Amino acid sequence: MDILTPWLRSYLPALSVTDEQLAEDLTLRGIAVEGTFAIANGTRYEMDITTNRVDAMNHYGVAREAAAIYNVPLAPLPATAPLAADKPGDSFPVTIEARDLCGRFTARIVRGVNVKPASGLIAEYFAALGQKPISGPVDVTNFGWLSMGQPTHVFDLDTLEGGIIVRRAKPGEKLRLLDGTEKTLVAEDLVVADEKKALGLAGVMGGWDSRVTETTKNILVEAAWFDPAAIRASSRRHGLHTDASHRFERGADFAAAPLANNLVTRLVVEQAGGEVIGEMTDIIIPALAAKTADRPTIALRVSEVQRHLGTTADGLGISESIVAQYLTALGCTLTQTAAGEYAVKLPSWRLDLEREIDLIEEIARVYGYNKFANTLPTFIGTVIELPHAEQEHTIRTTLRGLGFSEAISSTFCSAEEATLFTTASAVAIGNPLSAEAGMLRPALTPGMATMIANNLHRDVSTVRLFEMGTVFNGSTAEVIEHTGLSLGLTGSAIANSLYRAEDALFYELKGALEALLAKFTGAVTFDTNELPAWIALGRGARVLFNGQPIAVFGELSATEQQRRKLRQTVALAEVNAAVLLAAPLRQPVSREISRFQAVERDFSFLFPDTVRWADIDSSLRALKIPELQSIGPVEIFRDPKGKAVAAGTYSLLVRVVFQSTERTLADEDLTGNSSRIIAALTALGGVQRA
Amino acid sequence: MNIPQLTDFSEASLDAAFAEVRALAETAITAASFDKEQFRLEWLGRKQGYLGQISDTWLKAAPVEAKKLIGQRFNALKQTIEEKLAAETLLDSGIEISGLDITLPGTAQRLGVEHPLVKTMAEIVSVFQRMGYSVGLGPEVETDFYNFEALNFPPNHPARDTQDTLVVDAQDGKPLRDRLLMRTHTSPVQIRSMLEQAPPLRLVIPGKVHRNDAADATHSPVFHQVEGLCVDTNITFSDLKGTLDHAMKAFFGSAVKTRFFPSFFPFTEPSADVQISCIFCGGKGCRKCKHSGWIELLGCGMVDPAVFASVNQRRIELGREPVYDTARISGFAFGMGVDRIAMMKYGISDIGLLYSGDMRFLEQFA
Repeated sequence: MDILTPWLRSYLPALSVTDEQLAEDLTLRGIAVEGTFAIANGTRYEMDITTNRVDAMNHYGVAREAAAIYNVPLAPLPATAPLAADKPGDSFPVTIEARDLCGRFTARIVRGVNVKPASGLIAEYFAALGQKPISGPVDVTNFGWLSMGQPTHVFDLDTLEGGIIVRRAKPGEKLRLLDGTEKTLVAEDLVVADEKKALGLAGVMGGWDSRVTETTKNILVEAAWFDPAAIRASSRRHGLHTDASHRFERGADFAAAPLANNLVTRLVVEQAGGEVIGEMTDIIIPALAAKTADRPTIALRVSEVQRHLGTTADGLGISESIVAQYLTALGCTLTQTAAGEYAVKLPSWRLDLEREIDLIEEIARVYGYNKFANTLPTFIGTVIELPHAEQEHTIRTTLRGLGFSEAISSTFCSAEEATLFTTASAVAIGNPLSAEAGMLRPALTPGMATMIANNLHRDVSTVRLFEMGTVFNGSTAEVIEHTGLSLGLTGSAIANSLYRAEDALFYELKGALEALLAKFTGAVTFDTNELPAWIALGRGARVLFNGQPIAVFGELSATEQQRRKLRQTVALAEVNAAVLLAAPLRQPVSREISRFQAVERDFSFLFPDTVRWADIDSSLRALKIPELQSIGPVEIFRDPKGKAVAAGTYSLLVRVVFQSTERTLADEDLTGNSSRIIAALTALGGVQRA
Repeated sequence: MNIPQLTDFSEASLDAAFAEVRALAETAITAASFDKEQFRLEWLGRKQGYLGQISDTWLKAAPVEAKKLIGQRFNALKQTIEEKLAAETLLDSGIEISGLDITLPGTAQRLGVEHPLVKTMAEIVSVFQRMGYSVGLGPEVETDFYNFEALNFPPNHPARDTQDTLVVDAQDGKPLRDRLLMRTHTSPVQIRSMLEQAPPLRLVIPGKVHRNDAADATHSPVFHQVEGLCVDTNITFSDLKGTLDHAMKAFFGSAVKTRFFPSFFPFTEPSADVQISCIFCGGKGCRKCKHSGWIELLGCGMVDPAVFASVNQRRIELGREPVYDTARISGFAFGMGVDRIAMMKYGISDIGLLYSGDMRFLEQFA
C-alpha cells in the first residue's frame, strides 16, 4: 500500500516534521515505511503494515498514528458530517435478511449524474499513486477506500428492481461479477440482492449488470459492515482476493459505513453532478454492533503498564498522563474508575485490541521502543548445563582431531533408503517436499552416503565427514527420537607394512571408532553379527559397547556403489550416539613411569589364515608375564603367488615390549619370557621363521 | 691481511680476536666482488691461507694452557666459514642442493573442521550461558499443542497451514492438539520447560527446525534457531532490551548498537524486531546492509499472558500447581535464525551449502 504525504498532511495541519523524519518515526512505531519516492508536492511512501493493523492501511489511519506520535491534532475526515439532502424523497428501502452476517447497511440515492473521468485532487492523487482512473463515481469509491479504508460500492440505480435485500445466496444462483466472470453461488455465500436477483457478492465484488457505466444517470451509494468469517470463506471459495475482502475478512470499522457513505455521496456529486435525494438509509443489527463498535470496556491499571514496561531512558518512566494521552490519541475513551485505574472504551476500528496487555503494547509502541532504558534483570538461581554436554563436546573434538569434518544433512530420506540402511521402523511425512524426502531419517548413513557421493561427483576424491543429529523411529502414532552419529570416508587410503591399500579405509574407520570409544568408560568388542545389507559382504563389522550393539561399520556394497555411480571405495559407520551421551567419560589415571629400560623383542611367524590377531593377542596375554608392557602386529605379508609365503598362510611380525618398574631386566628374564611366547605362538599353529 | 694482535690469552681476549676475524670473513663473503675460489685460496689455502697463518702465529706464542682454547675456537670459526661458503654455493648454482627446500609445504596432519553452523550456535548459546541461562532442548517432532496451541496461534493462523508446516503422515484420526508435526520453531521447548519447572526460569534453546519451504539460496526446509526465555517476578520490557543489547555486544563486539521495532508474534506482546548496527560498515551503510546501516537479526517480546494461561491450564491437567500467575510474574522471549547469522558472519551466499557436506565448502572453515 502507498501513502502520499500531501494527502496525509491534509489531516495533520499542525505537523511540522519533514517527510523523511515522519517516515522514520512511523517505522519505529511499527507503521513501517519501506521505501520513499519524491513526488510533486512531497513523498510517496511504500508501506509494509502487519496484517493485524488493517485500520492503518489508509491515509487517515496513518495520520491517526502520526497525531498520536507527535501529539498534534487530527483533523476530522472532510465531508463526513451529516449530508443534507438536496431534494426530499423517500429513503431507499433496505432489508437485512442474513442478520448474523451483515451488521450494518447504508444506502443513499443520487439522481441526475453525468459520468465522466475523475478530475481535481482525485485525479492528481491517482496520478501520483499510479492508479488508473475508471469513471468518476467508481474513482470516488476508490478514493474513499484509500482515504479511510472503508469499502463502498455504487450501483446504477435504474438496474435495480425493488429495494435492497442482504441475504444468503440460493444454491446454484448465478452472478456475473465486475471482473466479467460468472460465478455459481452456494448457500453460504452472502449476496447484496434486489427483489429479483443477486446484485453482488457481499464484501467481495460488485455485479456486472448493476455496475455504473458512462450512460448511468442515477446512482445508489452503498457502505456496509459484513461478518469477517463469511467474507473470508466466500473470498476463498471463489478465488477472489479484493481490497474489499481483505478489509472485511480482517474486521472493518462498524462505525465507518455512514461516514464513508457521506464522503462518497458528496464526492459523486462533486465529480459527476446530480442531486442527493432523501435521507441516508442506515440499518443496524444491534447484536453485531455489540461485538464490534459497542464492545465492553477494558480495565487498565497504570501500575500494570509500569510493571510490564519497566524503565525509560529518561528515567521518568511511563506516567499516568502519558498513558491517557496516547490512548486518547488512538481513539480510546478513558473513564477513571479508581486511582490509576481506567475503564477504556475501545475505538470501533481497532478490533485487534482486546485485553489490557494489548493497550500496554500500544503505549510502548507510541512511546517508542528505543526510548526505553536497557536494563538487566537481577538473577538468583543456578545455571544448569545439559547432562550430556561434555560427552557431546568430546565426540565432536575427538572426531575433528581424527580428521573428520562435521556435516549436517537433510532430516529426510526416501522410503527405499530407509529400508536399506536400517531394519528399524521409519515414519512417513504426510506432505513431503519430494519422494526423496518422504521419510523421517531412521539412520544417518543415508544422508552420509549422499554427501560422500556428491563430493565424489564433484571430483573431491578425499572425504572425511561425520554428522551428529536426531534419528527417528517408531510409528505415525508415536515417533521416537534419539541422537545418532555417522562417519563417512573415501579416498587417500595408503598401504603400510600392516595393511594393504584396499583394506586401509576399513582400518582407518575402525581406528577412528576405537579412538572415539576409548574416550568413554566401557568395554569395546567387535563381531560380524547382524550386519545390514548396505555393507559389502565380509567388509564390515559390528561394535559392542559393554556387550550392547552400538555401531555397525564397513564398506558400501558393490550394488550401492554402482547405484550411486561411485568408482572408489566408500566406508560408513552408523553409531548409536545416545548410548555414548549417557555413558561416563573415561577418567584417566596416571601410572608411575618406569625408570628402567624397556626391551623390544620381535617374533617372526608363519600362521595359517585361520589364526586371527585376536587369537594371538589373547594367548600371549594369557601367559600373564608381569613385565609384558605391550603386544602389537608390526608387519603382515601374504604372497598372492604363494612363493615367499605359502598360499593360505601369512607371515606376521609380532613386537613385544618388556619392562619392569622395579629393576633392569636380566638376560635370563628375557630369554625365559621369549621362549614362553614362542611356545604359545607355536601352540596356535604358528611356525617360527628363521 | 694483518693478523690481529692478542693482548693476552684470556678467554675474553680470544673471543674478541676471533669475532674480529669472523667479521672480516663475513664482510668478504657478502661483498659484491666476492669470488669463491679466490676466497678459498686466500683464507683456507693449506700453505698461505689466512686462517692457517693466524692459527700458526697465535699457537706459537700461546702458553700450553691456552693452546686448547685457541684450537677449539679456530675449528669453530673454520666450520662457520665453510657453512657460509656452502650456503653461498647453494644460492649460486641452484643445482648442488644438499639441504632442504624449505619452500615445500609441510606435512600437516589434516584436522577435521568445525561446522560453521554448529560453531555459531555454540557461540550464541555460550553468550547466554554466561548471562545465567541454562540450556534447554526438545524433540524435533512435536504435537500441534506445543508447537501452536499453547503458543497462542489461533486455529486458522496461516502457519498452521500445511503450506508452511511439514506434518507426520496419518494424523487425521487424532484430535488437533495431538497431531504430530515437524516443529517450525524452537518455542515448544518454552512450553515444555514451563510445564516442568516453576519460575524463575532462564533458558537458552538451540535446535533444528523445519518448514515446508522449497530450497533456494535463502530458504531451506531444515534450519536452526536459538531461542531464549526469561520468566520471573518483575521482568520488564526494558530488561528484554537490555538483555539483547548486552548479548549482541557480547557476540558481535562492544561497538554494536541495537534498535527495536514493533512487530507481531502470536506468543509475545508487546513484540519487537531487533536490528543491529551493520557489523561490516559500522552503520555508515554498505551493500551488506542494503545501505541502511542496520541488519535485522532477531524477533522478541514479552511473553503473552495467553501463553502463561495455556501453561497453567496444562499444569492443572497434569496435576501440577498453576504457578505462572500473570498478576505476579512476567517474562520475555526471543529467537534468532542461526543460519542467517552464520551466513552473514562468514559471507555465505547459499544456505544449501550448510547442508551439503561439500568438503570444498567446509574446509574453508579450517
